[in-house]
Amino acid sequence: MTALAYRIDRSSRASRIGSSVLIGLGLILATVPQFFVATVVQQLTSLFIFVILAVMWNALAGYGGLVSVGQQAFIGFGAYGTVFLAQRDVPPYLAVLLAAGASAVLAAVLAPLVLRLRGGPFAVGTWVVAETLALLVVLDHSLGGGTGVSLRGLNVFRPDERRAYTYWLALAFLVLLLGAVFVLLRGRTGAGLQAIRDDQEAAASLGVRVWPLKAGLYVLAGFGGGAAGALILANTLFIEPRSIFGVQWTAYMLFMVLVGGIGTFEGPLLGALLFFGVQYLFADYDAWYLIGLGLTAGAFALFLPRGLWSLVPVRLLPVGYHLRRDGPGVF
Amino acid sequence: MTWVNAVLQGIFLGGLYALFACGLSLMFGVMRIINLAHGDLAVLGAFVVWWAATSLGAPPAPALIGALPLALALGYLLQVTVLTRSLRGGELTPLLTTFGLAIVIQNALLLIFSPDVRSLATVTGSLSTGSWQIGGLTVPYLGLLILIVATGVLGGLHLVLERTGFGREMRAAAQDPDTAALVGVPATAVYARATAIAVATATLAGTFLAVHSTIDPASGPTQLIFAFEAVVIGGLGSLRGTLIGGLVLGVAQTIGAQIDPQYSILAGHLVFLIVLLVRFSPGRLVPAA
Repeated sequence: MTALAYRIDRSSRASRIGSSVLIGLGLILATVPQFFVATVVQQLTSLFIFVILAVMWNALAGYGGLVSVGQQAFIGFGAYGTVFLAQRDVPPYLAVLLAAGASAVLAAVLAPLVLRLRGGPFAVGTWVVAETLALLVVLDHSLGGGTGVSLRGLNVFRPDERRAYTYWLALAFLVLLLGAVFVLLRGRTGAGLQAIRDDQEAAASLGVRVWPLKAGLYVLAGFGGGAAGALILANTLFIEPRSIFGVQWTAYMLFMVLVGGIGTFEGPLLGALLFFGVQYLFADYDAWYLIGLGLTAGAFALFLPRGLWSLVPVRLLPVGYHLRRDGPGVF
Repeated sequence: MTWVNAVLQGIFLGGLYALFACGLSLMFGVMRIINLAHGDLAVLGAFVVWWAATSLGAPPAPALIGALPLALALGYLLQVTVLTRSLRGGELTPLLTTFGLAIVIQNALLLIFSPDVRSLATVTGSLSTGSWQIGGLTVPYLGLLILIVATGVLGGLHLVLERTGFGREMRAAAQDPDTAALVGVPATAVYARATAIAVATATLAGTFLAVHSTIDPASGPTQLIFAFEAVVIGGLGSLRGTLIGGLVLGVAQTIGAQIDPQYSILAGHLVFLIVLLVRFSPGRLVPAA
């Protein structure tokens, strides 16, 4: 008998360096409001929001196989939830937190309904839910009806203070959600979810508890979407139902995740960065810009289904399994 | 009587939704995919007819009849260039590519035709405005025509699928593409025919929408949602169910509108959600019984 000559590593040198760099980057980013002008802080806040959206949509579609066209339901609910609470004298930043929590509750309520559907029907079913919520908001005149509403209560802060607080809150949500997805994927839930994505029946027959996993993922994505929506409101201070409940959010998420790399941890981060740059450069071209987004996303889905990150042979985070040889093994 | 009339108008409106839903239902039944660009393809077809009728001065009926072969060709082309490849990528890839296609079509229409709202009602005269009054009930010419066409298209397609060799090939490819291929029925060719038919019926529906009310480059998603609701309400994968689903959706919307015009679309969504709650057991795609 010889000792086991192989071991399974969860991390590699690259992933150790990668995660250290990411943590360092997070710490550096936390100091940005002290050193940079208002536009930089505000732009970075919207970048964080895009990253949150991409990471959440990737968790749903890339790991759970749940392609949703209706995550804007939670974006809108988070934003309007914040307005609703702020109108009732809840301090605005507390309202942002509570609205994100309320979005998770909404997702838990909706999960038994929409998760009856799979694949294409799930995609459009979630969209119907988003449209229904948008119509209900339009009917409510205390929320501004169809014309939109501003977030009041933030004017107790100086503008630069307000921007800094919103920035830190967005960064905190981003770190929290990235951490949640990381923990989820590293453990057996990650393996279970990916098994469901690849073949739900086969996964169930192997003992994966399909329903709690899918519902849990949907609730997490609802929380993330709600947080993103509340942060969008805190960053721009004004929302209207047509745009906050608009399907263009799904177009953006689709672009970020497909270009970056669906089903990879790092892909959505890369995709959000690219989308941020593309938007900065081309958003003025409007229709052409959107045609470009649609064509690019479609082309990636067809020709490079794992996105740009699949071209990078490095995993920044220790999420995989690697078989390594310890010493001279004997067979 | 106003309520009875509301139900009647709902049935006529439902004919239009059933026509929109026809292609969506066919593609789902044959390939198990939802074409997220379905509504936009319908609007694209309607814009072509509108352009022919207004810029070329063609009468609307010949313009529509001329556009249908183009729509068949477009559907065939769409299948062989994009969808066949998408299907190979797994069941989620067609969603991603058709969503991308939807964005492209919407914005291309925006560039070509501007965001203005268009209608064919101006060139169809009394067809779009006229009606019979029968004992307090209103029977619009156009509503009746759309209902007849919808019943004819969905019923005809149902018969073709059930009774002809063409339909048998399609059902075979739908049930088991690999085995169908073994006995000489190549799935890719059958799928292309299904998509061609779907795009043609979408063009028909889009044109009727433009006669009935208005279209603009952003009209597609709403029509996709209505079509999808009709398909689900009627039970996925059955054309007869789709016709009934369309009618139920139409009636729900007009009854909602009768209570308050703001509730029209909301009422349709609620019926859809209730059907989802009642008829679909968790984890199953097909209604339980």
